[in-house]
Amino acid sequence: MTGTGRLVRLILRRDRVVLPIWVLLLGLLPQLYLAGFQKLFTTDAERLEYAHVSGANAGFAGLYGPLSGDSLGELVVWRSGFVPVMIGLAALLTVIRHTRAEEEAGRSDLLRATVVGRWAQLAAALLVTMLSGLMIGLLVTGSMIGAGEPREGSIAFGALFTLSAWLFAGVAAIAAQLTTSSRGARMTAVLVLGISFVLRMGGDISAIGDGRLAWLSWLSPLGWAQKIIPYGEDNWAPAVIALLGTVMAVAVAGVLLARRDLGAGLLASRLGPAHAGAGLSSPLGLAWRLHRGLLLGWTAGFAALGVVFGGVGTSVVQLAATSNEVADTFSKIGGSGSITDAYFASTTGICALVVSLYAIQATLRMRDEEQNGHAELILGTAVGRTSWAAGHLLFALLGPAVAMAVQGAAAGLTFGDPGPVLGAALAQLPAIWVLGAVTVLLVGAVPRFAAVAWGTVAVSLLILLVGPLLEFPQWAMDVSPFTHVPQLPAASFSAVPEIVLILIAVLIAATGLAALRRRDIPA
Amino acid sequence: MSELARKSASSARHVEPERSGGGGGTAIDAEGLIKRFGKVTALDGLDLTVRTGEVHGFLGPNGAGKTTTIRILLGLMRNDGGSVRLLGGDPWADATKLHRRLAYVPGDVTFWPNLTGGEVIDLLGRLRGGLDPRRRDDLIERFELDPRKKSRTYSKGNRQKVALIAALASDVELLMLDEPTSGLDPLMEEVFREVILQEKSRGDRTVLLSSHILAEVEALCDRLTIIRDGRSVETGTLDDLRHLTRTTIRAELTGPVDSLAGIAGVHDLTSADGRVAFDVDADGLEPALRSLVTAGVRSLVSQPPSLEELFLRHYTRTGNGSPR
Ligand SMILES: Nc1ncnc2c1ncn2[C@@H]1O[C@H](COP(=O)(O)OP(=O)(O)OP(=O)(O)O)[C@@H](O)[C@H]1O
Ligand SMILES: [Mg+2]
Repeated sequence: MTGTGRLVRLILRRDRVVLPIWVLLLGLLPQLYLAGFQKLFTTDAERLEYAHVSGANAGFAGLYGPLSGDSLGELVVWRSGFVPVMIGLAALLTVIRHTRAEEEAGRSDLLRATVVGRWAQLAAALLVTMLSGLMIGLLVTGSMIGAGEPREGSIAFGALFTLSAWLFAGVAAIAAQLTTSSRGARMTAVLVLGISFVLRMGGDISAIGDGRLAWLSWLSPLGWAQKIIPYGEDNWAPAVIALLGTVMAVAVAGVLLARRDLGAGLLASRLGPAHAGAGLSSPLGLAWRLHRGLLLGWTAGFAALGVVFGGVGTSVVQLAATSNEVADTFSKIGGSGSITDAYFASTTGICALVVSLYAIQATLRMRDEEQNGHAELILGTAVGRTSWAAGHLLFALLGPAVAMAVQGAAAGLTFGDPGPVLGAALAQLPAIWVLGAVTVLLVGAVPRFAAVAWGTVAVSLLILLVGPLLEFPQWAMDVSPFTHVPQLPAASFSAVPEIVLILIAVLIAATGLAALRRRDIPA
Repeated sequence: MSELARKSASSARHVEPERSGGGGGTAIDAEGLIKRFGKVTALDGLDLTVRTGEVHGFLGPNGAGKTTTIRILLGLMRNDGGSVRLLGGDPWADATKLHRRLAYVPGDVTFWPNLTGGEVIDLLGRLRGGLDPRRRDDLIERFELDPRKKSRTYSKGNRQKVALIAALASDVELLMLDEPTSGLDPLMEEVFREVILQEKSRGDRTVLLSSHILAEVEALCDRLTIIRDGRSVETGTLDDLRHLTRTTIRAELTGPVDSLAGIAGVHDLTSADGRVAFDVDADGLEPALRSLVTAGVRSLVSQPPSLEELFLRHYTRTGNGSPR
């Protein structure tokens, strides 16, 4: 591990902007919730009422996890329930960026030719990521204690965040050893994060219903961290599990690293065809080869997600049956629909946000292709820029539609009534396309800032997560396209916002394409 | 541009009819090209004329602007000034139409990691409008490439082969090769030369060859253009350019000589203890020798002009840029 110290400094230098941003943002988010709640409740009675209603909301339980009690601290922990997912994402991206991505770019060869040990790069990446996770935890603990919350609960709360970062740093460390491309490593790690989230969501929703599937949460790394239940039980046993999980993941990654050559993955490459098939003769044919893995992965993932959502939906029905009072209050806050309608409306909303990540990823593939010189190869042949872009954009357009449709159909079928849930899923598409179109505009007009596209999802997510609680003004809520699509099946369908969103998407994408046609490639 | 460059550009010794029509036997005609990247001026009035049917060497130190020029010729980038015609068309406006008639090999090439070399060759050929399967197989054999391997497992040299085969297997009028042999081993470089010479013997294929390898340029090119800091500094045939190079003279003299410094064409003169050393252009050779003889010569060593010396001179001469 010689040279780890120097590599740590190198990473800190390269990430000197990004690292502090995510540490501060994620570490201080609970304070925002705390402030929001303090403003919201003028009396204890109001808080108890809110907790009572929210605790029974299956959609909330899915997104944030279970609400363990009605103290202010527990409410904040519950409302921060999605933050560990974001922390996990930030952690895994950081680790892969400084391990597999470096190796793929060939910079590791340079480094290892100097006096740097075999494990130094992995160790440095993990060290930086885990320290950042620790900083987030300390920020949370410190600020919660500072706000007058109980000491042990605040420490437990910090540990929840820190362990989320550590677990997914470990997951990423393993993923980085498995595949040769950083894209593949990233997808593997994100997939594990997604599965963890879905397992935790399924288990937690079931827990407030009939509890048959509550054990699912225990299969999820996110679930382990959340089982600490700060301010409620302050249960340290799950924290120990999470810690052991982290240590094991890191150890496995270390062993895998020792067994393989630099630049190689564990999954060996086989020989392929010497001639191209008939399909590989157009930009679209190439795009299919480049996108099909991603499309398949997203479709399979969303089919599974749909099955979980649909299955848990039955729990929600039973919940309604056992408690009329809950059903009443629920339909009061959930709009005009029934309790299951509200549930499916919120699961669909989350799915749509996640699928917009896919739309962006598929669109940014164009920029990748430009940066690694592949676009130059294609555009050097008789292929025009528009048809080159069209191949990729077709997948950005239809891929999300397929993923959403499969999710909606799977959820609906599992639940027993496919129509409304499928409709709800498809109704979200125009909002997803708007974010995809914004990505096209960025790639076309300001290619150097194309990665800003990810920020549009972050903003939409933030608006969804904290907007209502912090009582954002309407114009701020309106920034997110997801505010405008009808939340089926809880709300009724209206065509106008859908059509307007589609027109906006077309306009933005067309502007982006026009800019792409006019600029230098590569730029 | 040097005087010679202008001379040779105007002497139209080439009479090959152009397949495309228009342009009167020039495949590439760029004048006063300007390209800026923010504050960096990559091309600063570059001229390049390539005649139909010739192999044209395109040389210059790192960062001189070769790749940038080729990208403008391909319509990938747009010039900020100057004019450019390619195969009788406008490379920016008619890009896709023109690209059916040319093939391009980028300098540092990578492919889609999951596609095999064979798939890449076929794909690029088809996108260009078709390739000759017999020629493809022949080239694969000559370059000793295993087309079944996934691109990510190819070494740099093998990637270069894939790109070359993809370009050479298409029946096109113009080949644009940006440092095509970087990474090839000497044996494969030899194969590359043979293939290009074969192309040349057909008489109607034009090749623009950017290269840093002198031997390659000497073996293949009819004419060449040397650029520096985004400007053309020499253009002409190899013989023209050889004529431009200087002879290095070292002599021991019996008497004093003082007229040398005044002779046009004498450069880098040093003299001490009756020894002189200088470089001299072809035009200055005779007067310089005369004045040496007048002074009385005890011994004399002369080094004949070489292209290498010319290149080194252009590569190292400190200008307003940052030559290496
Ligand atoms: N996209 C770009 N953005 C900014 N500067 C650029 C860009 N492309 C090239 N340059 C600059 O333009 C100049 C010319 O670069 P170019 O790649 O054309 O040189 P080259 O002659 O091909 O060099 P080499 O022999 O190293 O391949 C360099 O100074 C380079 O840094
Ligand atoms: Mg170059």
